[in-house]
Amino acid sequence: MTQPLLSLTSLTKAYPGVIANSDVSLKIAPGEVHALLGENGAGKSTLVKMIYGLVKPDSGQMQMNGQPFAPAEPSAARTAGVGMVFQHFSLFDAMSVAENIALGMENAPKLGALSAQISAVSEEYGLPLSPDRIVGDLSAGERQRVEIIRCLLQNPKLLIMDEPTSVLTPQEVEILFKTLRKLSAEGTAILYISHKLEEIRTLCDTATVLRLGKVVGHCTPRETTTREMAELMVGKLLQTPTRAGQQAGDVVLSLTGLRAPAPNAFGMALKDISLELRAGEVLGIGGVAGNGQDELLAALSGERPVPRGMVHFKGEDIGPLGPTARRERGLLTAPEERMGHAAAPDMSLTENAMLTGAVREGLDKGGFLDWPAATRFAQSIIDKFDVRTPGTHVAARSLSGGNLQKFVIGREVMQRPEVFVVNQPTWGVDASAAAAIRQALLDLAKNGAALIVISQDLDELMEISDRFAALNEGRLSEPRPAQGITVEEIGLLMGGAHGMEVAHV
Amino acid sequence: MIALEKRPEPSRAFSLAAPLLAVAATMFFGGVLFALLGKDPFEAIQTIFWEPLFGQHWRYYSPQLLIKGAPLVLIAIGLSLGFKAGIWNIGAEGQYIMGALFGAGVGLAFYPTESVFIFPLMVLAGALGGWLWAMIPAVLKVKFGTNEILVSLMLVYVAEQFLASMALGLMRNPQGMGFPGSRNLQQYASAHNAELLSGTGMHWGVVAAFIAVIFGYVLLARHRLGFAIRVTGDAPRAAAFSGVNPARLVLFCLGMSGLLAGLAGVFEVAGPAGQVTIDFNVGYGFTAIIVAFLGRLHPVGILLAAALMALTYIGGDIAQSKLQLPAAAIQVFQGMLLFFLLALDLFTNYRLRLGRKEVV
Repeated sequence: MTQPLLSLTSLTKAYPGVIANSDVSLKIAPGEVHALLGENGAGKSTLVKMIYGLVKPDSGQMQMNGQPFAPAEPSAARTAGVGMVFQHFSLFDAMSVAENIALGMENAPKLGALSAQISAVSEEYGLPLSPDRIVGDLSAGERQRVEIIRCLLQNPKLLIMDEPTSVLTPQEVEILFKTLRKLSAEGTAILYISHKLEEIRTLCDTATVLRLGKVVGHCTPRETTTREMAELMVGKLLQTPTRAGQQAGDVVLSLTGLRAPAPNAFGMALKDISLELRAGEVLGIGGVAGNGQDELLAALSGERPVPRGMVHFKGEDIGPLGPTARRERGLLTAPEERMGHAAAPDMSLTENAMLTGAVREGLDKGGFLDWPAATRFAQSIIDKFDVRTPGTHVAARSLSGGNLQKFVIGREVMQRPEVFVVNQPTWGVDASAAAAIRQALLDLAKNGAALIVISQDLDELMEISDRFAALNEGRLSEPRPAQGITVEEIGLLMGGAHGMEVAHV
Repeated sequence: MIALEKRPEPSRAFSLAAPLLAVAATMFFGGVLFALLGKDPFEAIQTIFWEPLFGQHWRYYSPQLLIKGAPLVLIAIGLSLGFKAGIWNIGAEGQYIMGALFGAGVGLAFYPTESVFIFPLMVLAGALGGWLWAMIPAVLKVKFGTNEILVSLMLVYVAEQFLASMALGLMRNPQGMGFPGSRNLQQYASAHNAELLSGTGMHWGVVAAFIAVIFGYVLLARHRLGFAIRVTGDAPRAAAFSGVNPARLVLFCLGMSGLLAGLAGVFEVAGPAGQVTIDFNVGYGFTAIIVAFLGRLHPVGILLAAALMALTYIGGDIAQSKLQLPAAAIQVFQGMLLFFLLALDLFTNYRLRLGRKEVV
C-alpha cells in the first residue's frame, strides 16, 4: 500500500458533557474519495474541524505525508494543503466572485491576475463561473463553486466537503461529481461528508462510519447497500415506512392561480400556483431551497393570508382567513424552521403544545387557557412520538433537533388534521427518527387525511409521495404520479442546473 | 479569556436572585458614591432604607410608601405587558400627564356642583386620556411602521407642554390671584381622591394598583392574550404561526399601558397632588420602567419593586434634607439599581466561563 496522505491515530476530543470523538483513527490515500458517514451528532464535524485546525484534539496524532501534522489554525492547515468547503457558505453578497475569493486567501494576487486564475481553474475543472459577477446574484450551486474554486486555487492535497449536495439540483450534483472525480484522478484526496447514501455509493471509494463519536465500521460503498450503511450508522435495524396503496377521496384543498408577492427582498413571489389535493393522498413537492417553499407554507398556514378565490378548503374560500380559523377547519401546517417558528425556544413543551393546540384540543375555554389539559396534551405527544425529554416543563430549546422535530410534527398529527402541510419534515433528523416521522405521515394519509410534503430530500419524497411536483422560481410544476418518475425528470422539473450547462471540458 | 456560555435552560435560581443581588450591589456602590461625596455611607444607606419604615417619624413617612408606590405599580404593570411582547412604550410619563389633565378637566368642568358621579367620571376620563395618548404611537406603528420608542418618548415632551399650557391658561384657578396652577381638588369634595382610611395613605389609586396586579397576573398566566404576549416576546414568528395578530397586540399593549398610566395620573392629581401645576409630574412614568424590569416583568415582582423604589424615593428625600445629599446623587443611586439588574440579568441565560477560548 502507498503511504497514506493523511492518517489519524486515536483522536479524542471531549466537550463539557459530551465526548465528540473517541479514539478515532483513519487513513486517506492520495486521490482517494473517502466518505465520512454518521448521524447528526456522531462527531463528523468535530473530526473535520480538527483536521482543518479549527479545533484541537485532546489526544491522538495526525500525520500528513508521514510528517506530524497539528494545525493550530485554519491558515496552517491550508498551507499544509487542506482545503474545506463548508455546508454554510461564508461569502459577501455585495462583492464580486473575485473579491470574495481574494478575501479568503493568504497573499492574494492582484484582482486582475486572480480573475484570470479563477477563469482558468473554472475552465479546467468544469465549474462555470464568471469572476466579475456579484455573489448576491448567484444560485446556491454557483456560490458553492466560488467556495470550491477558492480551495482549488491553493492546490489542496486534501479537500474536505461538508454536505455539499444539500443545496444542489441533480444536474448540479452531476457537475460537482465530475469535478470531484477529475480532482481525484489528479491525486487530490477528498473527504466527503454526507448523509445521502446513494451519492456516497456513486462517488466514494471507501467509507468510515461514525456513531456517537466512535468509528463503528469501514466499508466499500459500491459493494454495500444503502440499507446496510444506514443500519451501520444508527446501530439498529431500520423500519422502512410501509403504506397501502389506496383510492384517493374527494378534493379537500384546491389552489387556483395562487399568487403572493415576495415577503421581503430575499423572498420569492408565488406565481400562479394551482393544484387539487384529495383526501388520502400525499403530494410531494420538491425543489431547491429558496424557490418558494416557505412562502407556499405561509400562504397555506394563514400566516400570510391571500385574496379571495385562491385557496379553497372543502369548497370554502379560506384565502383571507388567519392561522387560527384555518386550524379550526382542519388545515394544519408545520413550518421548516423548528426553533423560533414552529416552536418558541424559551417556552416549555406544555406552552409549545398550547401554541397550536389551543383551538382543536379545546385548551382555550372562552379565552382562558386550560394548562393542566395542555400538559396532558404535551405528555401524550411525548409518549406517542417517543420524544426524549425529562418532562413537559423543559424549554423547547433544550431538546435536540430530532426530538423537537418529533414533538412539532407529533403536535399537529395528534390534532387529526384533514389537510396537513409540512415543510422539510425530517430535516436534520437522524435516520430512525426520520423513519418514524415518515411512518406517522403515511398513517395520517391512510386514515384519510390529505398531505402536502415539501422537502429537498428527493429520496424521502419518492418514498412517501403519491404524486410529485416541483417548485422552481415560485412556480409549481404540474403534479404527476410519483411512481416511475426518474431522477433526471425530477431534476428538470426543479429547473435543471439553473441555466448552467456543463462547461466544455 | 472570559467567555459567556449560553445555559441550556434559563436558571430559575438566578432569575430570582438577580434582583436581590442588584439591590446589594447598588447598596455597596451607592455607599462608595456617598463616601466620595464626603458623607458617611452607612448612615446614608440606613437613612434611605431604614428611616422611612422604622425611624422616629415612621408614622409620617410610611403612608408615603403607598402614595408613591401606587402610581409606580399601575404604570409598571401596563408597561410590563408591552415589554414582555417586545413593544416598548417609553412614554408612560406623557400618558400619565394626559390622564391627569383629562381627569382634572372633567372635575374642574363640574366645579362647584357636588355629585357622587363626578369622581368616577374623572377616573374614566383619566383612563381615556392616557389610552388616547398611547394610541398615537400605536396607530402610527401599525399603519406606518414607525418606532414606538421614539414616538412615545417624544410625546412626553408634547404632554409636558400641554401641562404647562393648562396650568397657566385654561385650567388656572380663577381665584388663584394670578398664580399658576388649577383649583385644588382636595378642597372640592366630589372630585377629591381622599384617603380611604385616615393616616394610612390608602386611596383609590392604591386599590386600583392592587387590582391591576391581580389583573396582570391572571392575564399573563391564564388568558389567551397574555399567552400571545409571552409568545410574541419569545419568538415573534412562532406567535404569528400560532395565529397572533401582531398589529392587534401592539394596539392592546400600548393601549393598556396608556390606560393604566392615565389612571395613575388622575388618582394622583385628584389626591396627593391635588392640583394641575407646571411641575405636576415627577417622573413616575420613567421610574416605572425601572420598576417593571426590577420586578422581572412579573406582576408580583412589580409590586415588590415598586415598594422598594418608593422606599428609595422617600428615603432619598430624607437623606437630602438630613444629610444634604444632592438630589442628583439619589437619582444616580436609583439608576444604579436598574443598571445592576440588567447586568446581572444576563446570567439568567448565560454563565461565565473562565479559561481558554474554544473555537467550535
